[in-house]
Amino acid sequence: MAILVVAEHDNSSLKPGTLNAVSAAQQIGGDVNVLVAGSDSRAVVEAAAQLTGVVKVIHADNACYEHQLAESVAPLVAEFGKNHTHVLAAATTTGKNLLPRVAALLDVAQISDIVEIKSEDTFVRPIYAGNALATVQSSDSIKVLTVRTTAFADAVIGGEAIIEDTDFGVEQGSTKFLGETLSVSARPELTSASIIISGGRGMQDGENFVLLEKVADKLGAAIGASRAAVDAGFVPNDYQVGQTGKIVAPDLYVAVGISGAIQHLAGMKDSKVIAAINKDEEAPIFQVADYGLVADLFKALPELEELLTD
Amino acid sequence: MKILVGVKRVVDANVKVRVKSDGTGMDLANAKMAINPFCEIAVEEAIRMKEAGVADEIIAVSVGPQVCQEQIRTALALGSDRGILVETEGQTDPLAVAKIFKAIIEKEEIDLVILGKLSIDTDNNQVGQMLAALCNYPQGTFACSAEIKEGKVEVSREIDGGEQTVLLDLPAIVTTDLRLNEPRYASLPNIMKAKKKPIDIIQPSDLGVDISSNLKTLGIEAPAERSAGVKVESVAELVDKLRNEAKVI
Repeated sequence: MAILVVAEHDNSSLKPGTLNAVSAAQQIGGDVNVLVAGSDSRAVVEAAAQLTGVVKVIHADNACYEHQLAESVAPLVAEFGKNHTHVLAAATTTGKNLLPRVAALLDVAQISDIVEIKSEDTFVRPIYAGNALATVQSSDSIKVLTVRTTAFADAVIGGEAIIEDTDFGVEQGSTKFLGETLSVSARPELTSASIIISGGRGMQDGENFVLLEKVADKLGAAIGASRAAVDAGFVPNDYQVGQTGKIVAPDLYVAVGISGAIQHLAGMKDSKVIAAINKDEEAPIFQVADYGLVADLFKALPELEELLTD
Repeated sequence: MKILVGVKRVVDANVKVRVKSDGTGMDLANAKMAINPFCEIAVEEAIRMKEAGVADEIIAVSVGPQVCQEQIRTALALGSDRGILVETEGQTDPLAVAKIFKAIIEKEEIDLVILGKLSIDTDNNQVGQMLAALCNYPQGTFACSAEIKEGKVEVSREIDGGEQTVLLDLPAIVTTDLRLNEPRYASLPNIMKAKKKPIDIIQPSDLGVDISSNLKTLGIEAPAERSAGVKVESVAELVDKLRNEAKVI
């Protein structure tokens, strides 16, 4: 028996979350197989086959998988999942959309967002926005798990897996893909950036995010935001860090004008170093910050930019 | 068109919850309870569809103990037409909840199901997707817009990096994300009127659903606390610390 990891990709490259899912699978132990469902996605298969610990890459190349719709992909994953002890995917929006559908087709539970593997049937996962960690044991014949990407290392390159093609395809007409708008940015992706600088309600409006961008450019950082800043319309939703946004754990997280609601802390408190700039010295963010600066961000940010130029 | 909305009773989002000292669960004694915020958004979306004339009836369903009638009443006060409580004790697994919803969908001939994408207690994010699988329906998860168009529903979805738009045949399952709408408050006259709206109370066995679980929670513990560090006096000191002490820039 082996473990199946569902690859996340855009038909041309493997998304970083897959590397974390593969390393979680290796921790559980046993052969790791990766399933790539895509259209014209050979490059993804070749990337997955190079990951250390991967024994086999199953490749389902079919036009119906072009947009990774759960309605098409779930029956495929369930079909191959039957011959595995575990089915894993990264807990990204793609993984979260897909795996519960797979679990229901297999008539088993799904365990969301695992952060630790205790044994092959026991896992730790955060609940209540990370205010508690639950240890959960499953007696299902197949364990279907989404993996919190920040909790597991990246799988490394160095393997040579065999590639198996399948023509399994599920045409379904009830869901039609209409389009996708992805924000284009030269900056690193939030979930894989080593430095993140985030703005909150204290930024006052979207235009002021330019101040953050200038600092981010100096640091090679990604830009994030609190839910308050997203709700206020300062920045798009995909900037959101927190319980309902992205979970991040960079080397350095700089929170600017963010008060530190528990929902926001849930998304960033595993960062290695946290720095906070806020004019309110009572702001809860200071309770988790390694370095806190009580200051007016409109003065501090330009100064920070200048000091980083040296 | 008939809409089913799910309403889950959870601890109020503003309550700071703590783990019980014996590690058996969360200390929720006397905590304020509320409709899960994402379910509230689901109820609001259904009401807006009814107000726009594309929906005829809204059924609010909750799975849990008797007291969940409070949250169903709130959904009725907001504008749902009737309620169903499927009575269970303790925690019910997402798969069992999905099976319960499936049985109700079949009985009530539902066209559209709107659920919260997750509940803020268990943070599972599963029921909508599982229900879609069991019914073999299309799913529009993490919706930031949902519009009925000629017997279909067009859903824009929050995805990592942006938005995706899909067109789903009805019946379909939609799960809500935060930006879908801003829920209204119930007015006092509507709260009074809601008291007369019917709530059916049924058992999972009435629907032929087995809610037994293969998951066992072995323990619940508080995460490692992060302690406050130092306050710096100036931006220059901050840069110095990050560069020379933490060595992260």
